[in-house]
Amino acid sequence: MLERKRAMKLIIAIIRPHKLEEVKERLYKAEVNLITVSEVLGHGRQKGVTEVYRGFKETGNLMRKIRLEIAVNENFVEKTIEAITEGARTGQIGDGKIFVLDLPECIRIRTGERGGNAIG
Amino acid sequence: MRKLAAILVWLSVCGTVIGAEPDLLQGRAGGNAAEAAAAINSGDTAWVLMSAALVMLMTPGLAFFYGGLVRRKNILGVLMQCFIVLAVLSIQWVLVGYSLSFAPGGKFLGGLEWLGLKGVGSEPYPDYAATIPHGAFMIFQAMFAIITPALIIGAFAERMKFSAFLLFTVLWATFVYDPVAHWVWGVGGWLKKLGTLDFAGGTVVHINAGIAALVTALMIGKRRCYEKYPPPPHNLPFTVLGAALLWFGWFGFNAGSALGANGLAVNAFVVTNTAAASAALGWALLDWWFNGNPTVLGTVSGAVAGLVAITPAAGYVGVATAIVIGLLVSVFCFVAIGFVKHRLGYDDSLDAFGIHGIGGIWGALATGLFASKAINPAGADGLLFGNPRQLWVQLIATVATAGYVLVGTFIIYKLVDKIIGVRVSETDEAMGLDLTQHNERAYTMLE
Repeated sequence: MLERKRAMKLIIAIIRPHKLEEVKERLYKAEVNLITVSEVLGHGRQKGVTEVYRGFKETGNLMRKIRLEIAVNENFVEKTIEAITEGARTGQIGDGKIFVLDLPECIRIRTGERGGNAIG
Repeated sequence: MRKLAAILVWLSVCGTVIGAEPDLLQGRAGGNAAEAAAAINSGDTAWVLMSAALVMLMTPGLAFFYGGLVRRKNILGVLMQCFIVLAVLSIQWVLVGYSLSFAPGGKFLGGLEWLGLKGVGSEPYPDYAATIPHGAFMIFQAMFAIITPALIIGAFAERMKFSAFLLFTVLWATFVYDPVAHWVWGVGGWLKKLGTLDFAGGTVVHINAGIAALVTALMIGKRRCYEKYPPPPHNLPFTVLGAALLWFGWFGFNAGSALGANGLAVNAFVVTNTAAASAALGWALLDWWFNGNPTVLGTVSGAVAGLVAITPAAGYVGVATAIVIGLLVSVFCFVAIGFVKHRLGYDDSLDAFGIHGIGGIWGALATGLFASKAINPAGADGLLFGNPRQLWVQLIATVATAGYVLVGTFIIYKLVDKIIGVRVSETDEAMGLDLTQHNERAYTMLE
């Protein structure tokens, strides 16, 4: 059970909604094939005062973002970060954040496998 | 300064329009008012006005039909395009469109004598309709001129700039719709003289819009995501609502085209309902057989295809023929959309060509096959009733219209592309037309 000792990470990224397609494409190219996507509201340092495009102001100071959750083995972490960064970057305020968390365990429900084997 | 100039231009247009105002109320100068009043039938007038209102509702209905089929970031864009057509072409029609289409003129274009509705008033114009005020005929026709360019929206949905769309629509209505309407329906129009049968607009509305849809879909190119996945509809209940409104409004479209509250209107009403029903059923069964499930989208698309196909024939065929026309149109459109489109690889996003083009061509030819003087003595017999010439005439009308629309749409598209640029930027397309063209969103997330 050597695999179980391999470190796993949970990557959470907040990105612009219209960049989702590009990020997904880059993730597939990097052979990161598992992803959970949800639609969220939030704001960062700019406090949601303005969305950058065309002066559109989101009401309630919260802007629509996409949240990605990707669980990977450690050797995939850099590739994943790179794919998300390149796919989601416009260079303007509001591009989002990537958080990398330690992941103590992962279980595939269908088979009961655990750890690094269950992730991919 | 530019704004001030625009306001001045606008005011001068208003002045011109107000100058023509008395005609609408008084009718043609010098006519015998008492005699005209006797010729007007109140039942006919009521029915045609009601029908105009029914056809008006089809454009917002179409907006919901199309709106449900796009992604949710583009629904306002579609609704707005349909709604602004209602606004802009209502104005275009009373100022120039009606005259170009229907004023007595040459073979290819109407005259200019009815510009600003000059002389189009409360007296009948017997060449079009002897028992209703001329103004009632005019406003009924206005609704056809409005919905036709709106139909094309389905072809370039989700990727056209709003400003370009506005310019394209006004030019297309003026230089494509108005002439073709004159050919088929106007006094002196060459297809009318030839004996073309088009009861309610199979050629003028559906072939016209359908071919323009094919041309614009090819010219504007595919949506960015189309190669990877054709995006799924975001709200099919809206599409069902829209189809229901279309079906309802189509009673005005077809039965209203009898231009009177009479037996012919009843025939058109009955065959319209029958063809819609048989095409809806036909498509549902085809879906079930070939794709495993009877889909809601397939069924309502079938209903619309059936309505398209019966449009030119509604005043010339009986109810058994309507069932056949409806069943066959579901087969033709099903094949065109399900198989041919994917082979050819163009992105007619909401199948404006697949339904209105194919359905319209089938309807025009079916009229040449099945028309019968037993239904309408003022019409003609078709091939199956011993008059092969009628099918030939219908074919000429179809090919001539398609050819003219193809060239006209191509030129107008190129022109608009040169002046404004037709397609939105990649970023705008990804963000959606609602936000980038109108600075609004259709749906909130929390509140």
